[in-house]
Amino acid sequence: MVTILKKEKLADTVTRIVVDAPMIAAKAQAGQFVILRPTEEAERIPLTVADYDREAGTVTLIYQIVGTTTAKLDALACGDAILNMAGPLGRASEFEGMHNVAVIGGGLGTAIAYPQAKALHELGAKVDVIAGFRNKNLIILQKEMEAVADRFFLMTDDGSAGEKGLVTDALRREIEAGAGYDAVIAIGPPVMMKFVSLLTKTYGIRTVVSMNPIMIDGTGMCGGCRLTVGGTVKFACVDGPDFDGHQVDFDELIRRNAMYRKEEEASFAAYREASHEAHACRLQTMGEETT
Amino acid sequence: MPNMQKEKTPMPEQAPDVRNKNWGEVAEGYTAEQAMNEAARCLRCKNSPCVTGCPVGVRIPDFLALAAQGDFEGAYAVIRTTNSLPAVCGRVCPQENQCEGKCVRGIKGEPVGIGRLERFCADFVMKKKKENRNATPAATSDADGGREKAKRGRVAVIGSGPAGLACAGDLAGRGYAVTVFEALHKAGGVLVYGIPEFRLPKAIVADEIESLKAMGVEVLCDMVIGRVISVDELFQKGYDAIFIATGAGLPRFMGIEGENANGVYSANEFLTRINLMKAYREDYGTPIKKGASVAVVGGGNVAMDAARCAKRLGAKEVHILYRRSEVEMPARREEVHHAKEEGVVFEFLTNPTKILTDDKGNVTAVTVVSMALGEPDASGRRRPEVVPGSERELSVDTVIMAVGTSPNPLIRMTTPGLDTDRHGCIVTSDGVTTTREGVYAGGDAVTGAATVILAMGAGREAAEKIDAYLSAKH
Repeated sequence: MVTILKKEKLADTVTRIVVDAPMIAAKAQAGQFVILRPTEEAERIPLTVADYDREAGTVTLIYQIVGTTTAKLDALACGDAILNMAGPLGRASEFEGMHNVAVIGGGLGTAIAYPQAKALHELGAKVDVIAGFRNKNLIILQKEMEAVADRFFLMTDDGSAGEKGLVTDALRREIEAGAGYDAVIAIGPPVMMKFVSLLTKTYGIRTVVSMNPIMIDGTGMCGGCRLTVGGTVKFACVDGPDFDGHQVDFDELIRRNAMYRKEEEASFAAYREASHEAHACRLQTMGEETT
Repeated sequence: MPNMQKEKTPMPEQAPDVRNKNWGEVAEGYTAEQAMNEAARCLRCKNSPCVTGCPVGVRIPDFLALAAQGDFEGAYAVIRTTNSLPAVCGRVCPQENQCEGKCVRGIKGEPVGIGRLERFCADFVMKKKKENRNATPAATSDADGGREKAKRGRVAVIGSGPAGLACAGDLAGRGYAVTVFEALHKAGGVLVYGIPEFRLPKAIVADEIESLKAMGVEVLCDMVIGRVISVDELFQKGYDAIFIATGAGLPRFMGIEGENANGVYSANEFLTRINLMKAYREDYGTPIKKGASVAVVGGGNVAMDAARCAKRLGAKEVHILYRRSEVEMPARREEVHHAKEEGVVFEFLTNPTKILTDDKGNVTAVTVVSMALGEPDASGRRRPEVVPGSERELSVDTVIMAVGTSPNPLIRMTTPGLDTDRHGCIVTSDGVTTTREGVYAGGDAVTGAATVILAMGAGREAAEKIDAYLSAKH
């Protein structure tokens, strides 16, 4: 049982929680993740450690409500407990040889990119952050990113904030302008990571991507998170989650991530209907009590 | 006089075409009368060949004699002196290769149903305990016992599968303070995530673990040792000895084309979704592909479990693809028999070479070749060789790979000085003593994938070695 100490809405459907997990906080490093199960009937899901405080013994997690399990997690309030949490899992990110880096976050991936940008900044690297969102309502961690970035570029698909365009537009422009990056870290939807990797490959810039595939145990036990990297099969949970973006088979990853789309949508629809009915019931009861 | 009935007393079972649609236990267990009748078939041989066949040396004739008289509690007490998980072993041990395989009654008929009787005695006592617990609640408290035990030493057990539980039970019995660390959210290891409900009800595993807790064993879940705490840090935290029982949980794949397609599972993933994550239950959110036509690759117990689970999820057709013939199949005989009864189709001497998909990456078929058996290989079994020109396609929408597992690398990667061999198995000098002082290991982590009872045997062996080590030290 892990207690939620703080809970804060960052954007539409995006929430940040701080949880009391001293053993995980003592060990966590940038790039690692936890596996949690909010309630008995829920799935086990991986969430990247967005931040940690070793002294306070707390871990920060950021999630987007995309399905039943994240909705169940979001139904918990401050002071409530998450039923199970194990971590830190996965290999920590390696920053060796990175002195001038573009860190790219796409959507919720920005939450995973932030600890990397922060770690690089603390190591003394020059860090440009390019963060992309669909629209201004989905922007997260702008202030945090600005605090650790030498330069911060905000992109939105519809131009409702920052520049209109994709993260790859900004990246190409900065590379062409002579930014001289020795590494690019890209974290976001697989299709974004794919196009960043294709772009950087043409410039020969080392590129690290962070995988977030379907996962159950997070300890190498099930192979559900397997992906092809440089022609060999890797398990994201124990071999990653960071991999060389130029070696990852993104098309396979995208296909595998869609494996349960139908089941997930049906489950989420049923959950929303049930919670809507429960809500309607409560309103009705309240109404009866007041009259 | 022993009961000279030639066949085993039949055990009531759910009918095949009923049980292959539900998740209830297949074998329903003996009644007290049936148990006494079956136990009376024991000849009480002077040299007890059955005991030599048991990896934990259960005193079989002694417990059978008590069971034949209806003293099931006495029989259970005899079993418990050498076996800490009798309700589990009675259900999942390959008795035909062990105790029952050596039974003299098997020469001119069927051996005594030792496994069935072990199960009956354990269930009988567990049921009685539960009734008593309900009658006098809050009777068990071991907080003081735990403190007392700390005087003999503290032992950390990594992994709560059969090896870990057996070791923990023995050490607690010897007066040590034991903490079991489990990586998943529920204790039991393969007994919980791997073996299905219909073969080993999870309530029984939970009961066995409760019995250990009542002895003072502390069980901590969600603890991935090697990540959250290392083996070295466990020593720093005051543990005097460590037993590594992390099993062989890393699934192997065949390395054939199409293996990462949607609809291809490792047996570990398929079984974990069903057994640990309850994907078969409406009230759980775990998704799983309910294939209409399923191919399971492999011939072990895990393959049987996967095939029978697929059937219960509603598959119309389930094929077991095994590259050798039926006699070489490593699965427990009863599981093969049950799988056949339930409608699983066995394709012997058949090996997949490629998995075919549609344009969305979903499995549509598997290409297989026929095999013929050649000369015996290193394992002593005849080596399967491809029959030229035998390629054919089998139309399936799900493929489950049950072709073995390797030890998990997490502990080995994070424990300096702990030697492992080229298969990733922990190296020991005597079966349980590792290359690090105070660190012992046993079960599948040492041997590679084997059986529940062999792992338990290693757990007991390690408990003895740890006791000797700590007794000498203090």
